[in-house]
Amino acid sequence: MSRTATTYGGASHGSVRAYTWGLLLSLGLTLIPFGLVMTGALAGPAMVAVIAATAGLQILVQLVCFMHLDRDSEGGWTLLSLAFTVLILAIVVVGSLWIMHHLHHNVMPG
Amino acid sequence: MAMTHPAPQAAGHDHQEAGDTTLFGFWIYLMSDCLLFGCLFATYAVLQGNTAGGPSAAELFELPFVLGETLLLLASSFTFGLGVLAMHRDDRRGLNRWLVITFLLGAAFIGMELYEFHHLIAAGAGPQRSAFLSAFFTLVGTHGLHVGLGLVWLLVLLIQVNTQGLTAMTRPRVLCLSLFWHFLDVVWICVFSIVYLLGVMS
Amino acid sequence: MWGKLSLEAIPYHEPIIMGAVGLMALAGLALVAYLTRARKWGWLWNEWLTSVDHKKIGLMYLLVALVMLLRGFADALMMRAQLALAAGEALGYLPPEHYDQIFTAHGVIMIFFVAMPLVIGLMNIVVPLQIGARDVAFPFLNSLSFWLFAVSALLVNVSLALGEFAATGWLAYAPLSGIEFSPGVGVDYWIWALQISGVGTLLTGVNFFVTILKMRAPGMTMMRMPVFTWTALCTNVLIIAAFPILTVTVALLSLDRYLGMHFFTNDGGGNAMMYVNLIWAWGHPEVYILILPMFGVFSEVIATFSRKRLFGYTTLVWATVVITLASFIVWLHHFFTMGAGANVNAFFGIATMLIAIPTGVKIFNWLFTMYRGRVRFTTPVLWTLGFMVTFTIGGMTGVMLALPGLNFVLHNSLFVIAHFHNVIIGGVVFGAMAGLAYWFPKATGFTLDETWGKRAFWCWLVGFYVAFVPLYVLSFHGAVRRMNHYANADWQPMMIIAALGSLIILAGIVCQVIQLVVSVRDREKNRDLSGDPWDGRTLEWATTSPPPFYNFAHTPVIAERDAFWDAKRRGESPLPEARDYQPIHMPRNTGAGVIISLFAFGLGFALVWHIWWLAGLSALGAFVAFLVRAFATDIDYYVGAEEVARIEAGRPAHPTASSSSLHEQPQEAF
Repeated sequence: MSRTATTYGGASHGSVRAYTWGLLLSLGLTLIPFGLVMTGALAGPAMVAVIAATAGLQILVQLVCFMHLDRDSEGGWTLLSLAFTVLILAIVVVGSLWIMHHLHHNVMPG
Repeated sequence: MAMTHPAPQAAGHDHQEAGDTTLFGFWIYLMSDCLLFGCLFATYAVLQGNTAGGPSAAELFELPFVLGETLLLLASSFTFGLGVLAMHRDDRRGLNRWLVITFLLGAAFIGMELYEFHHLIAAGAGPQRSAFLSAFFTLVGTHGLHVGLGLVWLLVLLIQVNTQGLTAMTRPRVLCLSLFWHFLDVVWICVFSIVYLLGVMS
Repeated sequence: MWGKLSLEAIPYHEPIIMGAVGLMALAGLALVAYLTRARKWGWLWNEWLTSVDHKKIGLMYLLVALVMLLRGFADALMMRAQLALAAGEALGYLPPEHYDQIFTAHGVIMIFFVAMPLVIGLMNIVVPLQIGARDVAFPFLNSLSFWLFAVSALLVNVSLALGEFAATGWLAYAPLSGIEFSPGVGVDYWIWALQISGVGTLLTGVNFFVTILKMRAPGMTMMRMPVFTWTALCTNVLIIAAFPILTVTVALLSLDRYLGMHFFTNDGGGNAMMYVNLIWAWGHPEVYILILPMFGVFSEVIATFSRKRLFGYTTLVWATVVITLASFIVWLHHFFTMGAGANVNAFFGIATMLIAIPTGVKIFNWLFTMYRGRVRFTTPVLWTLGFMVTFTIGGMTGVMLALPGLNFVLHNSLFVIAHFHNVIIGGVVFGAMAGLAYWFPKATGFTLDETWGKRAFWCWLVGFYVAFVPLYVLSFHGAVRRMNHYANADWQPMMIIAALGSLIILAGIVCQVIQLVVSVRDREKNRDLSGDPWDGRTLEWATTSPPPFYNFAHTPVIAERDAFWDAKRRGESPLPEARDYQPIHMPRNTGAGVIISLFAFGLGFALVWHIWWLAGLSALGAFVAFLVRAFATDIDYYVGAEEVARIEAGRPAHPTASSSSLHEQPQEAF
């Protein structure tokens, strides 16, 4: 029963198969970092990289499998608005951390 | 310029378009909510080391508990998806069933979060203790508040779908809430990765 | 029971404040008395307050903005008078704590309650018409946005009579705005006024973004959109992306104040510098939120009155898009001196200088549009010319401030004040005035009086330079901002000249009030029967003035840019005598926006004064009102085809090619 409903905005509304894949992939991408941190199997920068990678992948999985993001819905504006948001997010977060790091270094006592 | 040929619009088409517009508008709102969380994450990242002599992330967080919360939220995302599929089959009972299950999972998540907050405050690690804890409670609490509002919305929609039926007005709302719900799961991925996993490691 | 509120909250001992409160109360009473006597309450409620018509909402935005302009300008006059007096031994008439509230209120009111509603009001009136739509995407949310904004403006004014306003500067820097150093209710008024109106602004941003993307007339591709619509689109993108940052920043400040948290406090590990960083991450995009739509206004005005196609439409659109993105990478230039160091300062200094390039591109677009055009020097054109000179000077001083080295000298001096008034008055205010004069006949059905409009322009222009050039001069002598007194009596002559300048601007505002009165008096004579008083180029001029509530009986179909102009040149009647009218789908008016917003006002007021039961009750009320709205099913209706035919039959003759005798100047090849 993998029925795909395509209605609003030409966006697909997924199927049981898509949701199941999303669930399984998300589960895996959750359990990997939790397991590695909890067992202490990995530490340091390598662990940080794994956490970042699994989180990024899981976000992608959920965007595609659960939120049905694709290139075509709303003439591409859905995707474009997301890309813009990610860019601004990166600017504000990275910029703030960069600025605050330097301020901390230069201004804070001790 | 040919302004003379207005395309006659079928009335049914109107509602379809209105539903599209609502969903797209809600997506844009979610983008702004993304930035709201982004600022909270930035603030958390800047302040997380400022424990002011109080407990640090590594001393406070219990990963098995957080894993439990994560699985609840992930499961609720899945069940909401099945509810949406039921709606597309015009299966109102199926929609009801999945939405109720989603509600219970979400409520369980909120219950766990409240328990965690209560536990921390009782242990003297409340939001007033340090800048780190202020940022932690605010970031995780804002996510929790969103989930809580989502639960209220879910209840309202359950009532509406069952009194007014699956109409051109209620269908887009179910879809909006499903987007909201999945979006909160995405935010939670960032929360458990950045706040809990990285926090425990530091 | 009443939290921190008691009768002592009323500032009896301050004659100036009590006088102002008395005047406002009298004006309010007079209005209520008039409405009651004329039995206009029902009309007001049905036709205006509950309206979801974007044109009426736009007019209400403009009305509130102009009223608040008077309030904000009164603050400016008081400050200039104080500084004209308070030299050396003399202390003037305003004590520091009162002066601090005045400059804070002036900044907050002018940005949030004058400039923002002017921008949003113009967008409301113009954008749906320019894209050939019947309304915005979410008409109810539009009404809610307006009312949330209106009650926030009310909250700011209530602070005059009950308690105090913030005395922290318009951005309420922490830790000064924290509970330790600002224990009063002033900052709380600031917080809730900004949060409530901020929700409204965010809803507007989403609403108009979706409207522009989804509701354009068939054939209107992105690169056929009128420039004002393009700039409105970019402004809404900025609103959607930037306002959440403000919401978070102010919310964190309130958590510090209300719940004793430690985001920006001196103790407990708080970091006040993060406040400055966050608020400017919103604040810089905010200035582009204000100026971009005005760039759109000038583009429309200059093309229409030069009777030429806008020179370099594509470059202008791309310049706008580039500014939209770049406005997010310059925010640190507001705090070069905080100590981020050479690398960070260099990056943001260079980024700031770069953002001047697309802005410069636009100036050339407008200049070349006028070049060899047959320019008609109407009031909107005068405002545009005044803008081009004034804004360029302001831009130059901005580039000076963008040099980190120079910024260390000029920071916190009157140079900064002179600079940002140079761009905000020269850009946003002049733009709003140009837009008002240009679209007033479309919104109301009659043109504004040109003579008084020109007088107002010249007073504003001359007054601006007389008021602000002395501040540049004084800044080089070391005069700093936000001081109610200066020891060096040598500065007094310049301060007096600046005060005279503000009086000349006052004359300009008086001229505008007279202009409005005269125009309303002579409205029959000045009625715009054609719907196209300026020989316009874009779709809003293709319908009557004011348009029927559904805007267009038939959805226009677009084949090119400047669609209406081209139709006129080809002698086609743009809105033909069609007989086959279709039923038109329209939203019903609703009081939900008003009611929810009144509850929001109650919530804000209760939170300011720590009246928790009232806060709970108001929140509940707003929620219930929202629920009632959510369950309402009778929210739209169809205007029958016969009704449309009846309304269309009553319309005056449509403008045709014969009415536009003058022809387009040939496009210059550059």
